[in-house]
Amino acid sequence: MKATVYVRLKAEVLDPQGEAVRRALAHMGVDGVRGVRVGKLIELDIEAADVDAARAMLKRAADELLANPVMEDYEVVVGSSA
Amino acid sequence: MRAAVVLFPGSNSDVEMIRTLREVMGIPTDVVWHRDTALPPDTELVALPGGFSFGDYLRCGAIARTSPIIGAIRRHADRGGYVLGVCNGFQILTEVGLLPGALLRNEHLRFECRDIFLRTDAEGPFTERRGAVLRLPIAHAEGRYHTDPATLRRLEAEGRIAFRYAHADGLVNASANPNGSLDSIAGIYGGPARNILGLMPHPERMSERLHGGVDGKALFDTLLKTVAGSSNPSTEERRAQVAS
Repeated sequence: MKATVYVRLKAEVLDPQGEAVRRALAHMGVDGVRGVRVGKLIELDIEAADVDAARAMLKRAADELLANPVMEDYEVVVGSSA
Repeated sequence: MRAAVVLFPGSNSDVEMIRTLREVMGIPTDVVWHRDTALPPDTELVALPGGFSFGDYLRCGAIARTSPIIGAIRRHADRGGYVLGVCNGFQILTEVGLLPGALLRNEHLRFECRDIFLRTDAEGPFTERRGAVLRLPIAHAEGRYHTDPATLRRLEAEGRIAFRYAHADGLVNASANPNGSLDSIAGIYGGPARNILGLMPHPERMSERLHGGVDGKALFDTLLKTVAGSSNPSTEERRAQVAS
């Protein structure tokens, strides 16, 4: 089973990396980009009995390792991503 | 006093830490590999050195939290044993949850490698006098301390903000803050008896005249005094203090 965990900096956390990307885009002449936030996409290949079991397993993985709740939020998508 | 320096794959300030503890301070110091599951008996200080544990993959210090030695460090800390985390060691302590908050990418994205000044803002086992200014080197790209407003208020109220980035005269303001840290925080105390200290600057790289200064040695001097001054309480006695 495929799963994807998206990890994003919380909205209130400053993302200087995103800001640097936004400025670089402006320098390239890509106009109209008002804001950029850089996050992580983690693809997992998992074995689980069903989607609920997969979700429970991924919640633990994300809570305890893949994301840091002090600074990040995450979203789990079970099934093949685009 | 006996110390243990914990090595992770990618630690790179371990040599300075071991040298400072052994040669400068005369503290018998063991080296513990991250896959060990126990600390040597009689370990009083556990030092987590700087570096890039596990290549800083995922987040700085994130992978290290799964190392087998972490359980032993947690038990040592919970019963009041001293823990010092420097730079990546500080990041690991926050990831493990022994210290609150997190260390994020520096506000200006630069790897900052230079001497800075710190103002001592809390007394504890490693710090004797509030207001004392130290000059120590920093070398990090992820040192921007962050926590939620409630935790920040609690740290402030409980006097757990050990160090703030400052000017040479002790003035704390944004222009002395090298990484955009919340409230200019450079180091914090945690644990049941302020027995855990995490800080981004490197005291072990400013502990001998050859380093150009000995301000970092003060932390280790103070710790030795703390240990001696409490009339050499046995580990049992300290456990009792913590419990009371």
